[in-house]
Amino acid sequence: MIQLIVLLPLLAAIIAGLGNKTLGKLPAKIITTGALFAICAMSWSIFIPFVMSNGEAYVAPLFTWIQSGSFDAQWALRVDTMTAVMLVVITSVSSLVHLYSWGYMDEEPDQPRFFAYLSLFTFAMLMLVTANNLLQMFFGWEGVGLASYLLIGFWFRKPSANAAAIKAFVVNRVGDLGFMMGIFGTYLVFNTISIPEILEMAPSMAGSTIGFLGARFDTMTVLCLLLFIGAMGKSAQLGLHTWLPDAMEGPTPVSALIHAATMVTAGVFMVCRLSPMFETSETALTVVTYVGAATCLFAATVGTVQTDIKRVIAYSTCSQLGYMFFAAGVGAYGAAMFHLFTHAFFKALLFLGAGSVIHAMHHEQDMRYYGGLRKSIPITFWTMTLGTLAITGVGLPIIGIGFAGFYSKDGILEAAYAAGGAGTGAFLVGVFAALLTSFYSWRLVFLTFFGKPRWAASEHIQHALHDAHGHGHDDHHDDHAHDDHHHAPAAGTGGYHPHESPWVMLVPLIVLSIGAVFAGLVFHDQFIGSEGGIAFWQGSLAFDSHLMHAAHEVPTWVKFSPFTVMLTGLAIAWLAYIKNTDWPERFVSQFGVLYTFLLNKWYFDELYNLLFVKPAFAIGRFFWKFGDVGFIDRFGPNGLAALVVQGNKVTSRLQSGYLYTYALVMLIGLAAAATWAMTR
Amino acid sequence: MIGLQHYMVVSAILFVMGVLGIFINRKNIIIILMAIELILLSVNINLVAFSVFLGDMVGQVFSMFVLTVAAGEAAIGLAILVIYFRGRGTIAVDDVNRMKG
Repeated sequence: MIQLIVLLPLLAAIIAGLGNKTLGKLPAKIITTGALFAICAMSWSIFIPFVMSNGEAYVAPLFTWIQSGSFDAQWALRVDTMTAVMLVVITSVSSLVHLYSWGYMDEEPDQPRFFAYLSLFTFAMLMLVTANNLLQMFFGWEGVGLASYLLIGFWFRKPSANAAAIKAFVVNRVGDLGFMMGIFGTYLVFNTISIPEILEMAPSMAGSTIGFLGARFDTMTVLCLLLFIGAMGKSAQLGLHTWLPDAMEGPTPVSALIHAATMVTAGVFMVCRLSPMFETSETALTVVTYVGAATCLFAATVGTVQTDIKRVIAYSTCSQLGYMFFAAGVGAYGAAMFHLFTHAFFKALLFLGAGSVIHAMHHEQDMRYYGGLRKSIPITFWTMTLGTLAITGVGLPIIGIGFAGFYSKDGILEAAYAAGGAGTGAFLVGVFAALLTSFYSWRLVFLTFFGKPRWAASEHIQHALHDAHGHGHDDHHDDHAHDDHHHAPAAGTGGYHPHESPWVMLVPLIVLSIGAVFAGLVFHDQFIGSEGGIAFWQGSLAFDSHLMHAAHEVPTWVKFSPFTVMLTGLAIAWLAYIKNTDWPERFVSQFGVLYTFLLNKWYFDELYNLLFVKPAFAIGRFFWKFGDVGFIDRFGPNGLAALVVQGNKVTSRLQSGYLYTYALVMLIGLAAAATWAMTR
Repeated sequence: MIGLQHYMVVSAILFVMGVLGIFINRKNIIIILMAIELILLSVNINLVAFSVFLGDMVGQVFSMFVLTVAAGEAAIGLAILVIYFRGRGTIAVDDVNRMKG
């Protein structure tokens, strides 16, 4: 069955991709979506026995990939609890996104290609999570990177989409270099790339040293940090995060599937999968904790000032990934996976909801031009509100009932507090980030759905109105459109009527909101319960039962702190965006420097531009202008060609065409030959 | 007494005349053909002279071959010229330079 789960999306992708125009839109959509729903059902049937704690972990070998000396790489599909969790996340979100795309991409002429890419991505992601050796994981890792590149650049006629696609690929290359060196190092140290064997041998290597970059370091620290660099690239952690916000150039369903629910969590998955290895290096875990906490804080601060609805959610994703990483860093791998699991539901929901809003607002993405959409698109509003309740972690701390994010995020924070050391710092940062999370999430909801409509100033809306005007008034836009849209007022509806999205888009929203509400409630004991966790994880990750027990026993104020900051964030957002709408402007004029700093994303892009991009361009230009054109071309092809041309000009003068010159030359030659023959 | 060197001098004079006939002549291709005949004849004189001098008949037999080939060559050359004249309307040497590179 697992073979079918992994290979069916590949088959669907090949059929839809190669069939493309000849196959037509509808068959391509039916094949890919059908395949995805089929494997989704199969994945749940694998997952449910694991939840019941009677699942059986196994490895399904496919065939040998590489066998050379002691190096042995097999294609094999590994099924254990972690894989089962990821299978459910990937196939559920992917199938819903496929369905959603029926509506969202309806006007797109190039649909078979889109659906083929989506299915290809699903295949690569499944390959990644079922990998039994590091090489196969790397195959999936690169596969999802490729699919991400293709989908970010799906609208390849848009220069910004191409730039974003290239940026995503290049930044991921940096991380992949770390991952590759980690794999090489692992093979060097353990003489195998099989994950179970590595994890078995890892503790025995703790404390040994290895020569690296001309100095001696702790073996496991070096390996873990190299692998973690790979995880940082894929999961957009601070330093290698710059590609994720730009990746929002892709279609919104892609953002939901790849850049929120699945691909970006691959780094977290990798760290958890290799958790026994990370457990052997205190230093590496501390780095993971700090990087995670820093990302968490950074992304949350930037998210508070963004105006593009998708970018807010993108930074939110970045921030939540930070939570997952510091959870892994303090040793709460179960909590990290739990947050991954719940986050997939509510973040996919938020992205798809945002897509629905964008759909309704005629591709306007700037929240400053939204407002008052609550009544126009009620289902989107309610589902997105549920998503926001989930991400901000609404729940009752003592009774322990709440939305999905309540269990997972609070679990992470409590575990971080219980772990102490670097975890205490991470706890404080995490609580502050939770405040910001609550603020920017509610800010998004308030700006979008509440207040007065501010649609008229949007170019997209203007465009839509004029289009409607040009095509003749065939519906009820007519009577409202007359009075004000000619004056182009700065506020108001401008005579535009947003429409609720079609049912194919709303059904995924509703299904995901069920997940966002109940995923935490139903599964929290399995994922992070101190006893349930042992039975559930079955050793597929380094589950620390004591830490989880300690996390449940933390002081009450710790349990209440996320709840308090969540309410505070909500209150601030409500005050600033509903009660006193002049607050944001006053804040900007008061703290202009801070605002600009945040608006420019801590100047990371500018810094990288200065540090890497500009010098790289300069080096490239030097090698191009001087090395290539000035040297190789000048003395190579061009020089030789010029030499031949010059030589030919000389020799062609010999070819006068007159008989007597030929005869003379012949005679001279003969005479010379005769002279040579005689005097020899 | 006319010795071998006299024949050789005559032959050399004929040869040089033939060669110069090719180079200096800028008028007519027929003259080139005639100059070639001269060169061949000078060779024939050499062959016959050495044949007598050495008492070897092979040289004289060979000169007969040369005469035959020269006759054939002249015939073909003239035929080409006729065709060429039909096509180009001239057989002036200065105008025949289509092989110019």
